[in-house]
Amino acid sequence: MKIGVLMKQVPDTETKIRIKDDASGIVVDGIKWVMNPYDEYAVEEALRIKEKKAGSTVTIISMGPKRSVETIRTGLAMGADSGILIDDPALEGADCYATAKALAKVMEPENFDLILCGKQAIDDDSAQVPQMVAEFLGMPQAMVIDKLVVSDDGKKATCYRRIEGGAKEVLEVDLPAIVAAEKGLNEPRYASLPGIMKAKSKPFKEINLGALGLKAEEVGAKGAKLKVKKYFLPAEKAPGKIIPGEPEDAARALVKMLREEAKVV
Amino acid sequence: MYFPISEEEKMIQMMVAQFADREVAPGAAARDESGEFPRELVAKMAQLGLCGMMVPPAYGGSGVGAVAYALAVMEVSRACASTAVTMCVTNLSCEPLLAFGTEEQKKRLLAPVASGKILGAFALTEPEAGSNLTEISCRAEKKGGRYLLRGTKVFITNGAYAGLTLVLARTGEGNRGLTAFAVEKGLPGFKVGREIHKMGLRASNTVEILLEDCEVPEANRLGGEGEGLRAVTNALYSGRIGIAAQATGLLQACLDEATKYARERRQFKRPLSGHQAIQWMIAEIATGLESARLLTLSAAALKQRGEPFAREASMAKLFASETLIRSAYQALQIHGGYGYTREFPIERIYRDARVTTIYEGTSEVQKMVIARETLRET
Repeated sequence: MKIGVLMKQVPDTETKIRIKDDASGIVVDGIKWVMNPYDEYAVEEALRIKEKKAGSTVTIISMGPKRSVETIRTGLAMGADSGILIDDPALEGADCYATAKALAKVMEPENFDLILCGKQAIDDDSAQVPQMVAEFLGMPQAMVIDKLVVSDDGKKATCYRRIEGGAKEVLEVDLPAIVAAEKGLNEPRYASLPGIMKAKSKPFKEINLGALGLKAEEVGAKGAKLKVKKYFLPAEKAPGKIIPGEPEDAARALVKMLREEAKVV
Repeated sequence: MYFPISEEEKMIQMMVAQFADREVAPGAAARDESGEFPRELVAKMAQLGLCGMMVPPAYGGSGVGAVAYALAVMEVSRACASTAVTMCVTNLSCEPLLAFGTEEQKKRLLAPVASGKILGAFALTEPEAGSNLTEISCRAEKKGGRYLLRGTKVFITNGAYAGLTLVLARTGEGNRGLTAFAVEKGLPGFKVGREIHKMGLRASNTVEILLEDCEVPEANRLGGEGEGLRAVTNALYSGRIGIAAQATGLLQACLDEATKYARERRQFKRPLSGHQAIQWMIAEIATGLESARLLTLSAAALKQRGEPFAREASMAKLFASETLIRSAYQALQIHGGYGYTREFPIERIYRDARVTTIYEGTSEVQKMVIARETLRET
């Protein structure tokens, strides 16, 4: 099977986000960049399918600035076979639509049997790119999947997702399809040291818009259907209070505080 | 801090940092409390290639340099210093095998340790021979195709769990009378003695090893008779980079815990971090950490480039460990009374830190080395 994995580089979840003075974005200096955690599940699932189906390959595809190479290499170190990065200054300001368009364009000629990705990126939390990519490519989509079974003949995939009330929904899609990973799909492996040492020698290509046959107006800020007006941080929360002591006493103290201080009961 | 590292080194550091946060840190307090050796954790580390980091892949290792090794030790140590020393010692035991082993020995004895199938230990210290290795009295007597080893080794890290222990024993008199042997677990006469109950690093294994006419095949002798000191000397210098890195990781832990607590805890209507007395301590810990990291990585880079590094390794070890002692004191001081309880990690860090000025050569021995090398060079 030929598997493609969409991957985004995002700030580490521990990052303390700061907003630029002109509110146009976040300050990126000093940020530690990591693989979007939901994409880690996608990479891991791709590798597990590869390990089961002889002759399979896994390609990591990302769109982002040059530094995204490092995160693609993490995927290669985990065991993926090759990587593609779409990097072009004209892509600055791309929204989900423009991003999906560029990603779809680069994947079209690859003829993947299966495309995996995270259900959303933890930086902007849009959760729109996978669906849009599926539309552009005319593929079935299965979103927020926490269990995936590819049929032996590689023609179908059974996808499981949690729905309201703890129930499960089971979808069957014809391949090629795009499947977006939810937490719980698997437990991603760490890249081993020998894997890391081999990563640099694996095939990797960088593609700009020209090579893709796309114009800046189509996919950059100008092609975006959505404009970000400004960024701001939520108001700072007052520090919480910890009530010490045995549970019974603490509960009593809590009720007293709710009654007398907060006046909510 | 600016210290140029390669893309691979950065990836290794990030991977180990993530592994340390997710897998090593969560159980660290419980392991310290129970003193239980983390076998499963060590097995996971072996899978990632953290046990024979600097050994070429041909002999089961990961084939990375000393800088990546130091970075990895720092990250593990930040989460759990016990796990870090376990890792350091098994990596360390690979070095003499790699440097002095024959091709056959590298395949048979080194590969299982380097690939992490078994753990390695390093048995030099004896009750009467600590800093001065030339006072080693454990004897190796040749009989037919084998040696009979007789003596007691103490403070042997990983001793009870190691599949292979490097032993320095006496085949003759004087400095040139020491010989190195690779002793496999299960050889007749190889016994694990009592476990040492330590102040810190409680989840690392430290035991006595009793050699009671332990029969070691001649094929397990490393180098020639009398080459023992030469076989282990470089490993001892490398070991200091490992402990400098361990101390640096603990320094990072001191800084992390101190800043976290100083931001959260309020006294006199302000967070502690708003008081200058606390700020000054934070500044000192942070500066010490930065310096220790640079010295350690610099010594590691020298080793990686094949240049002499004994003096720099001693400097890094001396500075990082001594700075750590002061920083752990300050970080605990910032915690006040809570720092003296097991409720906060700083209590464990404080105990774990203490040994770093002692093992792999005391601070006094490091100064001896630094002075000797400095006087020779200038």
